[in-house]
Amino acid sequence: MRLVDAFLGRNRPRPAQLDALFGLPNAAITLETAAGFRPTGSGAVCYRAAEGAAAVQTQADIVALLDADDDGPDVERSTDSFGFTWLVTRHDDVSALCTDLHAVNVVLEEQGFGSGLLCSMVPFVDAAGRHVGLVYLYKQGTFYPFAPTGEHTRDNLLEIQIRDQLAGELPMEKELSRWMALWGAPGLEGTA
Amino acid sequence: MATRFIKDTGLTARMTLVMFLLGGLFVAVVVGLMYWQPAYAPIIGLIGIGIAFYQWWSSDKVAMRAMRAREVTPEEAPELHGMIDRLCQLADMPKPRVGIADTALPNAFATGRSPNRAVVCVTTGILHRLDSDELEGVLAHELSHVAHRDVLVMTLASSAGIVAGMLTRGAQYGGFGLFSRGSRNNNNGGGAPAFLIALAVSLVVYAISFVLMRLLSRYRELCADRSGAYLTQKPGALASALQKITGEMAAIPQKDLRASSAMNAFFIAPAISGATLKTLTSTHPSLEQRLEQLARIAAELGRPTP
Repeated sequence: MRLVDAFLGRNRPRPAQLDALFGLPNAAITLETAAGFRPTGSGAVCYRAAEGAAAVQTQADIVALLDADDDGPDVERSTDSFGFTWLVTRHDDVSALCTDLHAVNVVLEEQGFGSGLLCSMVPFVDAAGRHVGLVYLYKQGTFYPFAPTGEHTRDNLLEIQIRDQLAGELPMEKELSRWMALWGAPGLEGTA
Repeated sequence: MATRFIKDTGLTARMTLVMFLLGGLFVAVVVGLMYWQPAYAPIIGLIGIGIAFYQWWSSDKVAMRAMRAREVTPEEAPELHGMIDRLCQLADMPKPRVGIADTALPNAFATGRSPNRAVVCVTTGILHRLDSDELEGVLAHELSHVAHRDVLVMTLASSAGIVAGMLTRGAQYGGFGLFSRGSRNNNNGGGAPAFLIALAVSLVVYAISFVLMRLLSRYRELCADRSGAYLTQKPGALASALQKITGEMAAIPQKDLRASSAMNAFFIAPAISGATLKTLTSTHPSLEQRLEQLARIAAELGRPTP
């Protein structure tokens, strides 16, 4: 935030950055060849749904848009304990998944709710059954890995390993304090 | 790109005017000091600025100690930390430290000299009374105080009052001998009127600064409400939290009533029509004002786009 805005008590909501999301398909290939992690075929957008009629209408528009294409099955919607909405979409192809996630973002932006976008998450799994989610932070335009191992534990070693493997392909989040824990995120739950 | 963020130019203009007046008051005090007593002016000015600087620099430690709050780790308070993590991510600001104060009074505060050294603290009373949506609204309000650098702004704004307050003290106690020595060239009785003028002027400056500070504080609260509501996009949650908190807070006196300030006597005079003594000297805007602003934001968020 600019200092002038801070002193005047103004707060322009920071817009979401969408571009880096399309690096995901290449990164998925790298993850599979280098670390043995395959995409589970789902992906989720996490955003804050505003109160009021406009947000409800926007959400209905998004679900209708994603359900409209004949290939994709239904979109699942859930609200987590922090009051954020998760929209889960399924596609075996990571590129198609990215297109879906991007569509959600574009509709939210068009309706003026772009500042409520928190993150996107695409889960991966390896042969040993370990789960890792690749999380995209909209405000930063960066990715970070999240590898839950239990109720409230995560595998930091694996996360840092994956960060280093993907560093050449995706903008990875350098500030470790921004690596939010997303316990019970759709597609990662039940990994205890 | 569409936005649902409405500007409040009136609020910004009023607040800028108040800050400008406070700045002018500070300049007037400094200039007055230089003309009146050149020998002591730099010392008094430096001590005043030193006090203000210390208040700002150690604001996080002092406030935490005053509220008997302790810092909590993510393991101790996972929900609270998770909430603040997400809000900081949405607002794109560094995560402050998190504290909990063990008192039944429902309250929350944020302090610290910069966003990087900030601490957000809640009481156990507020944790028990509010549901998670309402708590998030309160936290967003406090994080907005951090983002707006309110500790720095209020410290800068208070510097004129601090210097004036020091002059008053100085004039009351050892000042007599000090000031009469300074005007030794005059007649013998020359010291007393000079001291009285100094006392009167500094009291007036202090009084003006006090009223302006409280006005500025109320504007900053409204700004924090606004930014907080836009951050969570749930103005309704903050509104219901405010209703819950202020309803109980109003019943409990916040200050020790025995410690009535000596200055209070001076504020009966500027009882402008429409503004009572209470609204003029309170640090927070009235509940009606805050709810009205939140209702406007809610209407804008709920407005269907064509």
